[in-house]
Order: sequence, then C-alpha cells, then structure tokens
Amino acid sequence: MTDVIKEDQVLDCSGMLCPMPVVKTSKAIKELQSGQVLKMISTDPGAPPDMEAWARQTGNEMLRSMTENGKFVFFLKKK
Amino acid sequence: MSKSDPNAPKRLALIASKGTLDWAYPPFILASAAGAMGWEVGIFFTFYGLTLLKPDLTASVSPLGNPAMPMKMPFGPEGFQNINWAMPNLLMANVPGFESLATTLMKQTFKNKGVATIPELRDMCIDLDVRMIGCQMTMDVFGFKREDFIKECEIGGAATFLEYAADADVQLFV
Repeated sequence: MTDVIKEDQVLDCSGMLCPMPVVKTSKAIKELQSGQVLKMISTDPGAPPDMEAWARQTGNEMLRSMTENGKFVFFLKKK
Repeated sequence: MSKSDPNAPKRLALIASKGTLDWAYPPFILASAAGAMGWEVGIFFTFYGLTLLKPDLTASVSPLGNPAMPMKMPFGPEGFQNINWAMPNLLMANVPGFESLATTLMKQTFKNKGVATIPELRDMCIDLDVRMIGCQMTMDVFGFKREDFIKECEIGGAATFLEYAADADVQLFV
C-alpha cells in the first residue's frame, strides 16, 4: 500500500492534448505556495513523459506519476 | 540575458515561415510548451508565417501538393473516422471550395481530439510572454502595415532575430 499524498489543488486536463496539460499545469502551480502539491489529471497519452520533462525543467518535484481509472494522475510539489 | 549569466533561463528561438493552418501548430505548440517550462521564447515570423500575427487568424490548409496529409472525417463511427480518404491532386484542384472543406475538416477533427485552436495557442504564448517578432522586410514586400498585426508583437529584421538566437539553447526553423 503506497502512502496517500494530500493535494492542495486539483487540475483536471481530461480531454486536452499537447501542449495544454503542460501549459495549464504551469499556470496552476504559479498559484500555489512553495511546498504545496498539485494533483493533475490527464487523458493525454503523451502526458507521462511530458510531465516528467516539465518537472525536471522547472525544478518542481514529481512526487508520483500513476494511472487511476484509465487516466494519468500526477502529484507535483512546487519548489 | 545571455549565456554569461549561469542562472539565466533556457532560451528557445523559432523561425515561423509558413502561414497555413497545419504549419501554424508547431511554432505555437513548441513556444507555449517552452514558456510553460520557464524558458524564454522568441519567434521570428517571416514570409508566409507573418500572417500568423494578424488579429484575425484565417489560416487554412491545402491538401493540394500535400500528399502525406491524412484526410479524415470528424464525424460518424470511429471506424469511419479512421478512414484515410485518398484524394488525387487532379480532383482537389478542380473541386471549388475543396480547401475550405479540408480546413473545416481539420479544425473539427482537431477540436474533437482536444487540440487547442491556433488563436488559443497564440493567446497562451502572449500570456507566457513569448517574444513575437514580425519580419519588417516581409511587411515591405507584401505591403503590410504595422497596424495589420497584433499589438503584442514587435517588428524587426534578421539582425534582431539573430542577436536573440545567438544566446538561445534551441533554435528551430519551421
């Protein structure tokens, strides 16, 4: 059983394709305080590699990347 | 900011040289994604690409002379939508309104799949402070005026772009 991550904000990007999930995530994370966690949901099959790259490039931490009910779910901690 | 500053963000320099709907996507998608990653982005809009800076985006797509372009129907059952309609050039060149039909089909297919429109992507680029440079020489050649383009862009020439691109980490010609 993996630990439950408590998010501070949820962003649903279901139905959106590249580059929308990345752009929306960057916008949403700007609204958070350092250390807060954003949960992003996406149906874009390109999102898992793209979100990893986004996290590396921006320095925000990818706490978890998983699939849930057929959707891709990411927990991102603001640096 | 230049390379001499180790803390400077990465920089992307793009040249957008084509003004059709299909080719409008790569520069705006790359620019908005890079902006979302915290990079500095500049796009030089030149030749036919310059029209992407007009307030009303009327970019269309032509399957004529575009042999690799898949022609898909944006409606009907999935099997029908996945059919690739082979359209010979001879047919396309002779059917009035074929380009506007192809443009409508592409826009509808993209919308159904969840791809942002070109005006939406351009607005995102503006939000992300993407620097947009319209080519002065192209304006002169085609008889455009500054007022023909969105106020968010600046006008410059090759030297303006090259100076910006010289310090870029990624440079692409689209």
